[in-house]
Amino acid sequence: MNQSFPTTITVNEKEYKREVEPRLLLSDFLRHELGLTGTHVGCEHGVCGACTILFDGESMRSCLIFAVQADGHAITTVEGLAKDKDDLHPIQQAFWEAHGLQCGYCTPGILMTLIPFLKQNPNPTEDDIRHALSGNLCRCTGYQHIVDAVKLASEKMK
Amino acid sequence: MKPAPFEYHSPTSLEQALEIKAQYGDDAKLLAGGQSLVPAMNFRIVQPGMLIDLNRVNELSYIHEEKNTLRIGAMTRERHLEFDSSIAKRTPLLHEAAPFIAHPQIRNRGTIGGSIVNADPAAELPVLMLALDARLKAQNKSGERWIKAEDFFVGMFTTALEPDEILVEIELPFMRPRTGWSFMEIAPRAGDYALMGVAALVTLNENGRCDSAKLVYLNAGDGPVDAKETAKSLEGNLLGDALIESAAVTAGEKEINPFGNVHTSPEFQRHLAKVLTKNALKQSMRRAEENKQ
Ligand SMILES: Cc1cc2nc3c(=O)[nH]c(=O)nc-3n(C[C@H](O)[C@H](O)[C@H](O)COP(=O)(O)OP(=O)(O)OC[C@H]3O[C@@H](n4cnc5c(N)ncnc54)[C@H](O)[C@@H]3O)c2cc1C
Ligand code: FES
Ligand code: FES
Repeated sequence: MNQSFPTTITVNEKEYKREVEPRLLLSDFLRHELGLTGTHVGCEHGVCGACTILFDGESMRSCLIFAVQADGHAITTVEGLAKDKDDLHPIQQAFWEAHGLQCGYCTPGILMTLIPFLKQNPNPTEDDIRHALSGNLCRCTGYQHIVDAVKLASEKMK
Repeated sequence: MKPAPFEYHSPTSLEQALEIKAQYGDDAKLLAGGQSLVPAMNFRIVQPGMLIDLNRVNELSYIHEEKNTLRIGAMTRERHLEFDSSIAKRTPLLHEAAPFIAHPQIRNRGTIGGSIVNADPAAELPVLMLALDARLKAQNKSGERWIKAEDFFVGMFTTALEPDEILVEIELPFMRPRTGWSFMEIAPRAGDYALMGVAALVTLNENGRCDSAKLVYLNAGDGPVDAKETAKSLEGNLLGDALIESAAVTAGEKEINPFGNVHTSPEFQRHLAKVLTKNALKQSMRRAEENKQ
Protein backbone atom coordinates (compact mmCIF):
# COMPACT_ATOMS: atom_id res chain seq x y z
CA MET A 1 0.00 0.00 0.00
CA ASN A 2 3.02 2.33 0.09
CA GLN A 3 1.78 4.43 -2.79
CA SER A 4 3.65 7.51 -3.82
CA PHE A 5 2.68 10.17 -6.33
CA PRO A 6 4.83 12.47 -8.43
CA THR A 7 3.71 15.91 -7.31
CA THR A 8 4.56 19.34 -8.65
CA ILE A 9 3.82 22.31 -6.43
CA THR A 10 4.69 25.95 -6.98
CA VAL A 11 5.73 27.45 -3.68
CA ASN A 12 6.50 31.16 -3.51
CA GLU A 13 6.75 31.22 -7.31
CA LYS A 14 9.31 28.40 -7.45
CA GLU A 15 8.36 24.99 -8.82
CA TYR A 16 9.18 21.88 -6.75
CA LYS A 17 8.81 18.26 -7.91
CA ARG A 18 8.70 15.50 -5.31
CA GLU A 19 7.38 11.96 -4.87
CA VAL A 20 4.92 12.06 -1.97
CA GLU A 21 3.07 9.51 0.10
CA PRO A 22 -0.65 10.45 0.07
CA ARG A 23 -0.85 10.87 3.84
CA LEU A 24 1.84 13.58 3.91
CA LEU A 25 0.24 16.82 5.08
CA LEU A 26 0.97 19.98 3.11
CA SER A 27 2.30 21.57 6.33
CA ASP A 28 4.86 18.76 6.68
CA PHE A 29 5.70 18.89 2.98
CA LEU A 30 6.57 22.58 3.33
CA ARG A 31 8.56 22.12 6.53
CA HIS A 32 10.26 18.74 6.07
CA GLU A 33 10.56 18.31 2.31
CA LEU A 34 11.28 21.92 1.38
CA GLY A 35 12.77 23.17 4.67
CA LEU A 36 10.36 26.12 4.71
CA THR A 37 9.89 26.15 8.46
CA GLY A 38 8.16 29.53 8.57
CA THR A 39 4.82 27.72 8.37
CA HIS A 40 4.19 26.65 11.96
CA VAL A 41 2.25 23.69 13.28
CA GLY A 42 0.29 24.06 16.50
CA CYS A 43 -2.62 21.67 16.61
CA GLU A 44 -3.06 19.76 13.34
CA HIS A 45 -6.82 19.97 13.58
CA GLY A 46 -7.58 23.33 12.04
CA VAL A 47 -8.13 25.28 15.25
CA CYS A 48 -4.99 27.31 15.95
CA GLY A 49 -4.31 28.84 12.52
CA ALA A 50 -0.50 28.72 12.86
CA CYS A 51 -0.22 26.70 9.62
CA THR A 52 -2.29 29.08 7.48
CA ILE A 53 -0.90 29.48 3.93
CA LEU A 54 -2.29 30.81 0.65
CA PHE A 55 -3.60 28.15 -1.72
CA ASP A 56 -4.13 29.75 -5.13
CA GLY A 57 -4.32 33.08 -3.29
CA GLU A 58 -6.85 32.06 -0.63
CA SER A 59 -6.02 31.50 3.03
CA MET A 60 -6.33 27.87 4.14
CA ARG A 61 -5.02 25.47 6.79
CA SER A 62 -2.01 23.57 5.44
CA CYS A 63 -2.50 20.93 8.17
CA LEU A 64 -5.87 19.94 6.66
CA ILE A 65 -4.67 19.48 3.07
CA PHE A 66 -2.60 16.57 1.80
CA ALA A 67 0.47 17.57 -0.22
CA VAL A 68 -0.70 15.42 -3.12
CA GLN A 69 -3.84 17.58 -3.32
CA ALA A 70 -1.68 20.65 -4.02
CA ASP A 71 -0.30 19.09 -7.23
CA GLY A 72 -0.54 21.76 -9.92
CA HIS A 73 -1.48 24.51 -7.45
CA ALA A 74 0.33 27.63 -6.23
CA ILE A 75 1.17 27.99 -2.54
CA THR A 76 2.43 31.11 -0.79
CA THR A 77 4.06 30.83 2.62
CA VAL A 78 5.37 33.52 4.94
CA GLU A 79 8.80 33.14 3.30
CA GLY A 80 7.23 34.47 0.10
CA LEU A 81 6.30 37.84 1.62
CA ALA A 82 9.71 39.53 1.68
CA LYS A 83 12.99 39.09 -0.20
CA ASP A 84 15.07 39.90 2.90
CA LYS A 85 14.77 41.45 6.33
CA ASP A 86 15.47 44.96 5.14
CA ASP A 87 12.66 44.84 2.62
CA LEU A 88 9.65 43.62 4.61
CA HIS A 89 6.08 43.45 3.35
CA PRO A 90 4.11 46.45 4.73
CA ILE A 91 2.10 44.08 6.96
CA GLN A 92 5.32 42.62 8.39
CA GLN A 93 6.75 46.12 8.85
CA ALA A 94 3.60 47.16 10.71
CA PHE A 95 3.84 44.12 13.02
CA TRP A 96 7.44 45.12 13.78
CA GLU A 97 6.58 48.74 14.49
CA ALA A 98 3.39 48.12 16.50
CA HIS A 99 4.82 45.16 18.50
CA GLY A 100 2.32 42.78 16.92
CA LEU A 101 4.22 39.73 18.16
CA GLN A 102 5.98 38.35 21.19
CA CYS A 103 7.12 34.74 20.75
CA GLY A 104 6.12 34.81 17.09
CA TYR A 105 4.63 31.33 16.96
CA CYS A 106 1.26 32.54 15.68
CA THR A 107 2.68 35.28 13.45
CA PRO A 108 3.17 33.48 10.10
CA GLY A 109 -0.39 32.17 10.15
CA ILE A 110 -1.74 35.58 11.08
CA LEU A 111 0.22 37.30 8.31
CA MET A 112 -1.07 34.81 5.74
CA THR A 113 -4.63 35.36 6.98
CA LEU A 114 -4.22 39.12 6.67
CA ILE A 115 -2.86 39.24 3.11
CA PRO A 116 -6.20 38.39 1.43
CA PHE A 117 -8.18 40.08 4.23
CA LEU A 118 -6.57 43.48 3.67
CA LYS A 119 -6.87 43.08 -0.09
CA GLN A 120 -10.64 42.56 0.27
CA ASN A 121 -11.05 45.06 3.13
CA PRO A 122 -8.62 47.95 2.62
CA ASN A 123 -10.32 50.06 5.34
CA PRO A 124 -11.25 47.59 8.07
CA THR A 125 -12.92 48.63 11.31
CA GLU A 126 -11.64 47.25 14.62
CA ASP A 127 -14.60 44.86 14.58
CA ASP A 128 -13.72 43.60 11.09
CA ILE A 129 -10.12 43.06 12.21
CA ARG A 130 -11.06 41.11 15.34
CA HIS A 131 -13.47 39.02 13.30
CA ALA A 132 -10.78 38.27 10.71
CA LEU A 133 -8.38 37.19 13.48
CA SER A 134 -10.91 34.89 15.16
CA GLY A 135 -9.43 31.86 13.39
CA ASN A 136 -5.90 32.46 14.70
CA LEU A 137 -4.89 31.82 18.30
CA CYS A 138 -2.20 33.90 19.99
CA ARG A 139 -1.18 32.90 23.50
CA CYS A 140 1.12 35.89 24.12
CA THR A 141 -0.11 39.26 23.02
CA GLY A 142 -3.74 39.44 24.13
CA TYR A 143 -4.37 40.53 20.52
CA GLN A 144 -4.41 44.30 21.21
CA HIS A 145 -1.04 44.95 19.57
CA ILE A 146 -1.99 42.68 16.69
CA VAL A 147 -5.12 44.75 16.08
CA ASP A 148 -2.98 47.92 16.25
CA ALA A 149 -0.55 46.40 13.74
CA VAL A 150 -3.34 45.61 11.30
CA LYS A 151 -4.64 49.18 11.53
CA LEU A 152 -1.13 50.48 10.90
CA ALA A 153 -0.71 48.08 7.97
CA SER A 154 -3.93 49.26 6.37
CA GLU A 155 -2.67 52.87 6.65
CA LYS A 156 0.69 51.93 5.12
CA MET A 157 -0.95 50.14 2.22
CA LYS A 158 -3.20 53.03 1.18
CA MET B 1 -0.34 13.37 15.13
CA LYS B 2 -0.25 12.12 11.57
CA PRO B 3 -2.89 10.16 9.67
CA ALA B 4 -2.55 6.40 9.18
CA PRO B 5 -1.61 5.27 5.64
CA PHE B 6 -4.38 5.03 3.06
CA GLU B 7 -4.81 4.36 -0.63
CA TYR B 8 -5.55 7.53 -2.58
CA HIS B 9 -7.72 8.08 -5.65
CA SER B 10 -8.25 11.39 -7.35
CA PRO B 11 -10.95 10.97 -10.01
CA THR B 12 -11.56 13.83 -12.42
CA SER B 13 -15.19 13.00 -13.19
CA LEU B 14 -18.26 12.06 -11.18
CA GLU B 15 -18.56 8.89 -13.23
CA GLN B 16 -15.09 7.73 -12.16
CA ALA B 17 -15.81 8.63 -8.53
CA LEU B 18 -19.07 6.62 -8.57
CA GLU B 19 -17.27 3.67 -10.13
CA ILE B 20 -14.68 3.54 -7.33
CA LYS B 21 -17.38 4.08 -4.68
CA ALA B 22 -19.43 1.19 -6.13
CA GLN B 23 -16.40 -1.07 -5.93
CA TYR B 24 -15.29 -0.26 -2.38
CA GLY B 25 -18.42 1.07 -0.58
CA ASP B 26 -17.81 2.00 3.05
CA ASP B 27 -14.07 1.20 2.91
CA ALA B 28 -13.62 4.22 0.66
CA LYS B 29 -14.21 7.61 2.32
CA LEU B 30 -14.98 10.62 0.17
CA LEU B 31 -12.66 13.57 0.76
CA ALA B 32 -14.39 16.92 0.13
CA GLY B 33 -12.96 19.99 1.91
CA GLY B 34 -11.36 17.77 4.52
CA GLN B 35 -12.16 20.30 7.24
CA SER B 36 -13.91 17.66 9.36
CA LEU B 37 -12.40 14.47 7.93
CA VAL B 38 -8.70 15.41 8.04
CA PRO B 39 -8.71 16.54 11.71
CA ALA B 40 -10.34 13.20 12.59
CA MET B 41 -7.67 11.38 10.52
CA ASN B 42 -4.83 13.39 12.07
CA PHE B 43 -6.08 12.26 15.48
CA ARG B 44 -6.57 8.74 14.13
CA ILE B 45 -10.17 8.80 15.32
CA VAL B 46 -10.85 7.52 11.82
CA GLN B 47 -8.43 5.49 9.71
CA PRO B 48 -10.04 4.96 6.31
CA GLY B 49 -8.30 2.41 4.10
CA MET B 50 -8.97 4.51 1.03
CA LEU B 51 -9.79 8.12 0.15
CA ILE B 52 -11.63 9.23 -2.96
CA ASP B 53 -10.71 12.88 -3.36
CA LEU B 54 -13.52 14.89 -4.98
CA ASN B 55 -11.49 18.10 -5.32
CA ARG B 56 -10.70 17.48 -9.00
CA VAL B 57 -14.30 16.67 -9.89
CA ASN B 58 -15.00 20.18 -11.17
CA GLU B 59 -18.50 19.33 -12.39
CA LEU B 60 -19.68 19.25 -8.75
CA SER B 61 -18.92 22.90 -8.11
CA TYR B 62 -21.59 25.40 -9.27
CA ILE B 63 -24.44 27.64 -8.16
CA HIS B 64 -27.18 28.33 -10.69
CA GLU B 65 -30.81 29.30 -10.98
CA GLU B 66 -33.36 27.20 -12.81
CA LYS B 67 -37.05 28.15 -12.88
CA ASN B 68 -37.96 28.64 -9.24
CA THR B 69 -35.05 26.79 -7.72
CA LEU B 70 -31.44 27.30 -6.91
CA ARG B 71 -29.09 24.41 -7.66
CA ILE B 72 -25.83 24.10 -5.77
CA GLY B 73 -23.16 21.49 -6.52
CA ALA B 74 -22.02 19.50 -3.50
CA MET B 75 -18.37 20.58 -3.89
CA THR B 76 -19.20 24.30 -3.82
CA ARG B 77 -17.02 25.89 -1.13
CA GLU B 78 -18.80 27.29 1.92
CA ARG B 79 -17.11 30.62 1.23
CA HIS B 80 -19.04 31.02 -2.05
CA LEU B 81 -22.37 30.85 -0.24
CA GLU B 82 -21.39 34.11 1.38
CA PHE B 83 -20.64 36.07 -1.80
CA ASP B 84 -22.86 34.61 -4.53
CA SER B 85 -25.49 37.09 -5.74
CA SER B 86 -28.11 34.43 -6.60
CA ILE B 87 -27.95 33.09 -3.07
CA ALA B 88 -28.24 36.58 -1.58
CA LYS B 89 -31.29 37.27 -3.71
CA ARG B 90 -33.09 33.92 -3.75
CA THR B 91 -32.28 32.45 -0.34
CA PRO B 92 -31.21 35.38 1.82
CA LEU B 93 -31.36 33.16 4.91
CA LEU B 94 -28.47 31.06 3.57
CA HIS B 95 -26.54 34.19 2.59
CA GLU B 96 -26.91 35.65 6.05
CA ALA B 97 -26.04 32.43 7.91
CA ALA B 98 -22.95 31.43 5.87
CA PRO B 99 -20.47 33.70 7.71
CA PHE B 100 -21.37 31.95 10.98
CA ILE B 101 -19.83 28.71 9.67
CA ALA B 102 -16.30 28.43 11.10
CA HIS B 103 -13.60 30.92 10.00
CA PRO B 104 -12.84 32.27 6.50
CA GLN B 105 -9.80 29.96 6.19
CA ILE B 106 -12.05 26.96 6.84
CA ARG B 107 -14.86 28.17 4.57
CA ASN B 108 -12.35 28.66 1.73
CA ARG B 109 -11.85 24.90 1.69
CA GLY B 110 -14.93 23.34 3.35
CA THR B 111 -17.85 22.43 1.09
CA ILE B 112 -21.62 22.60 1.39
CA GLY B 113 -21.91 18.87 0.62
CA GLY B 114 -19.27 17.89 3.18
CA SER B 115 -20.94 19.80 5.97
CA ILE B 116 -24.38 18.38 5.12
CA VAL B 117 -23.15 14.78 5.00
CA ASN B 118 -21.11 15.28 8.16
CA ALA B 119 -24.49 15.95 9.89
CA ASP B 120 -23.04 17.54 13.00
CA PRO B 121 -26.00 18.64 15.18
CA ALA B 122 -24.06 21.84 16.00
CA ALA B 123 -23.43 22.73 12.34
CA GLU B 124 -25.29 25.49 10.53
CA LEU B 125 -25.86 23.92 7.10
CA PRO B 126 -28.01 20.92 8.16
CA VAL B 127 -30.29 23.34 10.05
CA LEU B 128 -30.47 25.60 7.01
CA MET B 129 -31.32 22.68 4.73
CA LEU B 130 -34.35 21.86 6.90
CA ALA B 131 -35.40 25.49 7.22
CA LEU B 132 -35.13 26.04 3.45
CA ASP B 133 -36.99 22.83 2.48
CA ALA B 134 -34.00 21.56 0.55
CA ARG B 135 -34.00 18.45 -1.59
CA LEU B 136 -30.73 16.56 -1.78
CA LYS B 137 -29.68 14.55 -4.79
CA ALA B 138 -27.82 11.32 -4.09
CA GLN B 139 -26.24 9.36 -6.90
CA ASN B 140 -24.71 5.91 -7.25
CA LYS B 141 -23.46 4.00 -10.26
CA SER B 142 -26.92 2.83 -11.26
CA GLY B 143 -28.93 6.01 -10.79
CA GLU B 144 -30.01 8.95 -8.67
CA ARG B 145 -32.65 9.74 -6.07
CA TRP B 146 -33.88 12.87 -4.35
CA ILE B 147 -34.09 12.96 -0.56
CA LYS B 148 -35.97 15.64 1.36
CA ALA B 149 -33.87 17.35 4.03
CA GLU B 150 -36.30 16.18 6.72
CA ASP B 151 -35.64 12.55 5.71
CA PHE B 152 -31.91 13.03 5.18
CA PHE B 153 -30.72 13.65 8.74
CA VAL B 154 -31.39 10.46 10.67
CA GLY B 155 -29.28 11.02 13.80
CA MET B 156 -26.04 12.25 15.28
CA PHE B 157 -23.50 12.38 12.40
CA THR B 158 -25.77 10.00 10.45
CA THR B 159 -27.62 10.49 7.17
CA ALA B 160 -29.86 8.49 4.84
CA LEU B 161 -27.05 8.06 2.27
CA GLU B 162 -26.16 4.49 1.30
CA PRO B 163 -22.47 3.41 1.31
CA ASP B 164 -22.24 3.59 -2.49
CA GLU B 165 -23.92 7.00 -2.81
CA ILE B 166 -22.44 10.45 -3.28
CA LEU B 167 -24.33 13.64 -2.48
CA VAL B 168 -24.12 15.58 -5.73
CA GLU B 169 -26.58 18.48 -5.63
CA ILE B 170 -28.64 20.62 -3.29
CA GLU B 171 -31.91 22.07 -4.57
CA LEU B 172 -33.45 25.05 -2.79
CA PRO B 173 -36.78 26.67 -3.66
CA PHE B 174 -36.65 30.47 -3.98
CA MET B 175 -37.89 32.27 -0.90
CA ARG B 176 -41.60 33.07 -1.19
CA PRO B 177 -42.92 36.66 -1.36
CA ARG B 178 -44.03 38.30 1.93
CA THR B 179 -41.44 36.19 3.71
CA GLY B 180 -38.92 37.31 6.28
CA TRP B 181 -35.89 35.44 7.60
CA SER B 182 -33.52 35.44 10.51
CA PHE B 183 -30.45 33.51 11.57
CA MET B 184 -29.11 33.96 15.09
CA GLU B 185 -26.63 32.03 17.19
CA ILE B 186 -24.58 32.45 20.34
CA ALA B 187 -20.99 31.19 20.21
CA PRO B 188 -18.12 31.69 22.66
CA ARG B 189 -16.04 33.30 19.86
CA ALA B 190 -16.80 34.23 16.26
CA GLY B 191 -16.38 31.08 14.15
CA ASP B 192 -16.70 28.59 17.00
CA TYR B 193 -19.49 26.04 17.06
CA ALA B 194 -22.48 27.76 18.67
CA LEU B 195 -24.02 26.92 22.05
CA MET B 196 -27.45 27.44 20.52
CA GLY B 197 -28.76 28.82 17.25
CA VAL B 198 -31.95 29.20 15.26
CA ALA B 199 -32.95 29.67 11.63
CA ALA B 200 -36.38 31.26 11.20
CA LEU B 201 -38.68 31.99 8.26
CA VAL B 202 -42.06 33.71 8.52
CA THR B 203 -44.51 34.20 5.63
CA LEU B 204 -47.38 36.64 6.14
CA ASN B 205 -50.70 36.61 4.29
CA GLU B 206 -52.39 39.72 2.81
CA ASN B 207 -53.94 40.55 6.16
CA GLY B 208 -50.59 40.53 7.94
CA ARG B 209 -51.30 37.25 9.72
CA CYS B 210 -48.80 34.45 9.80
CA ASP B 211 -49.38 32.16 6.83
CA SER B 212 -46.56 29.77 7.67
CA ALA B 213 -43.51 29.72 9.88
CA LYS B 214 -40.41 27.62 10.31
CA LEU B 215 -38.03 27.44 13.25
CA VAL B 216 -35.05 25.06 13.17
CA TYR B 217 -32.45 24.82 15.96
CA LEU B 218 -28.80 23.81 16.08
CA ASN B 219 -27.06 22.08 18.98
CA ALA B 220 -30.52 21.30 20.30
CA GLY B 221 -30.70 17.51 19.93
CA ASP B 222 -29.16 14.67 17.93
CA GLY B 223 -29.66 16.50 14.63
CA PRO B 224 -31.20 19.73 13.36
CA VAL B 225 -34.41 20.22 15.39
CA ASP B 226 -37.49 21.42 13.50
CA ALA B 227 -39.91 22.96 16.04
CA LYS B 228 -43.09 22.04 14.20
CA GLU B 229 -45.52 22.50 17.07
CA THR B 230 -44.21 26.00 17.73
CA ALA B 231 -44.51 26.90 14.05
CA LYS B 232 -48.05 25.53 13.95
CA SER B 233 -49.05 27.68 16.94
CA LEU B 234 -48.20 30.80 14.92
CA GLU B 235 -50.12 29.96 11.75
CA GLY B 236 -53.27 31.97 11.06
CA ASN B 237 -52.46 34.42 13.84
CA LEU B 238 -51.19 37.95 14.23
CA LEU B 239 -47.71 37.71 15.72
CA GLY B 240 -48.20 39.79 18.84
CA ASP B 241 -45.86 39.87 21.82
CA ALA B 242 -47.88 37.38 23.88
CA LEU B 243 -47.96 34.81 21.09
CA ILE B 244 -44.24 35.21 20.41
CA GLU B 245 -43.54 34.81 24.13
CA SER B 246 -45.52 31.56 24.32
CA ALA B 247 -43.92 30.27 21.11
CA ALA B 248 -40.50 30.83 22.67
CA VAL B 249 -41.55 28.82 25.73
CA THR B 250 -42.92 25.93 23.64
CA ALA B 251 -39.77 25.76 21.54
CA GLY B 252 -37.31 26.22 24.40
CA GLU B 253 -38.98 23.94 26.92
CA LYS B 254 -40.80 21.32 24.89
CA GLU B 255 -39.46 20.91 21.42
CA ILE B 256 -35.70 21.04 21.75
CA ASN B 257 -33.62 18.48 23.62
CA PRO B 258 -30.15 19.97 24.20
CA PHE B 259 -27.45 17.89 25.92
CA GLY B 260 -25.10 20.60 27.21
CA ASN B 261 -21.30 20.45 26.83
CA VAL B 262 -18.19 21.85 28.51
CA HIS B 263 -19.27 25.39 27.68
CA THR B 264 -22.92 25.22 28.69
CA SER B 265 -25.61 23.39 30.64
CA PRO B 266 -28.82 22.21 28.94
CA GLU B 267 -30.75 24.74 31.06
CA PHE B 268 -28.68 27.61 29.68
CA GLN B 269 -29.17 26.29 26.14
CA ARG B 270 -32.94 26.31 26.72
CA HIS B 271 -32.72 29.85 28.01
CA LEU B 272 -30.75 30.92 24.91
CA ALA B 273 -33.26 29.18 22.65
CA LYS B 274 -36.11 31.19 24.14
CA VAL B 275 -34.32 34.51 23.77
CA LEU B 276 -33.18 33.70 20.22
CA THR B 277 -36.68 32.52 19.22
CA LYS B 278 -38.22 35.82 20.26
CA ASN B 279 -35.58 37.92 18.54
CA ALA B 280 -35.58 35.81 15.39
CA LEU B 281 -39.37 35.87 15.08
CA LYS B 282 -39.46 39.64 15.49
CA GLN B 283 -36.74 40.17 12.90
CA SER B 284 -38.41 37.76 10.45
CA MET B 285 -41.75 39.48 10.89
CA ARG B 286 -40.26 42.92 10.26
CA ARG B 287 -38.55 41.69 7.13
CA ALA B 288 -41.70 39.91 5.88
CA GLU B 289 -43.55 43.22 6.14
CA GLU B 290 -40.83 44.95 4.10
CA ASN B 291 -40.80 42.15 1.56
CA LYS B 292 -44.35 42.45 0.16
CA GLN B 293 -43.68 42.05 -3.56
C1 LIG C 1 -11.57 24.99 13.33
C2 LIG C 1 -12.86 24.55 12.69
C3 LIG C 1 -14.04 25.16 13.04
C4 LIG C 1 -15.24 24.77 12.47
N1 LIG C 1 -16.38 25.42 12.83
C5 LIG C 1 -17.55 25.08 12.25
C6 LIG C 1 -18.75 25.75 12.57
O1 LIG C 1 -18.78 26.68 13.39
N2 LIG C 1 -19.90 25.33 11.97
C7 LIG C 1 -19.90 24.30 11.06
O2 LIG C 1 -20.96 23.97 10.55
N3 LIG C 1 -18.79 23.68 10.71
C8 LIG C 1 -17.60 24.04 11.29
N4 LIG C 1 -16.47 23.38 10.91
C9 LIG C 1 -16.56 22.26 9.94
C10 LIG C 1 -16.52 22.78 8.51
O3 LIG C 1 -17.69 23.51 8.18
C11 LIG C 1 -16.37 21.62 7.54
O4 LIG C 1 -15.93 22.18 6.35
C12 LIG C 1 -17.56 20.80 7.21
O5 LIG C 1 -18.25 20.33 8.33
C13 LIG C 1 -17.19 19.57 6.41
O6 LIG C 1 -17.08 19.90 5.09
P1 LIG C 1 -15.86 19.40 4.23
O7 LIG C 1 -16.16 19.75 2.83
O8 LIG C 1 -14.61 19.88 4.80
O9 LIG C 1 -16.03 17.82 4.37
P2 LIG C 1 -15.00 16.65 4.69
O10 LIG C 1 -14.32 16.88 5.97
O11 LIG C 1 -14.14 16.39 3.49
O12 LIG C 1 -16.03 15.42 4.80
C14 LIG C 1 -16.91 15.29 5.90
C15 LIG C 1 -17.66 13.96 5.77
O13 LIG C 1 -18.60 13.99 4.70
C16 LIG C 1 -18.32 12.99 3.72
N5 LIG C 1 -18.59 13.62 2.42
C17 LIG C 1 -18.08 14.80 1.99
N6 LIG C 1 -18.61 15.15 0.81
C18 LIG C 1 -19.49 14.18 0.47
C19 LIG C 1 -20.39 13.99 -0.63
N7 LIG C 1 -20.47 14.89 -1.63
N8 LIG C 1 -21.16 12.87 -0.65
C20 LIG C 1 -21.10 11.97 0.36
N9 LIG C 1 -20.27 12.11 1.43
C21 LIG C 1 -19.50 13.19 1.49
C22 LIG C 1 -16.88 12.61 3.95
O14 LIG C 1 -16.62 11.30 3.52
C23 LIG C 1 -16.75 12.78 5.45
O15 LIG C 1 -17.25 11.65 6.11
C24 LIG C 1 -15.25 23.73 11.49
C25 LIG C 1 -14.07 23.11 11.12
C26 LIG C 1 -12.87 23.49 11.71
C27 LIG C 1 -11.60 22.79 11.31
S1 FES D 1 -1.70 23.45 12.90
FE1 FES D 1 -3.13 23.83 11.35
S2 FES D 1 -4.61 24.96 12.36
FE2 FES D 1 -3.31 24.40 14.01
S1 FES E 1 3.11 35.97 19.77
FE1 FES E 1 3.28 34.12 20.90
S2 FES E 1 1.54 33.05 20.22
FE2 FES E 1 1.24 34.95 19.32
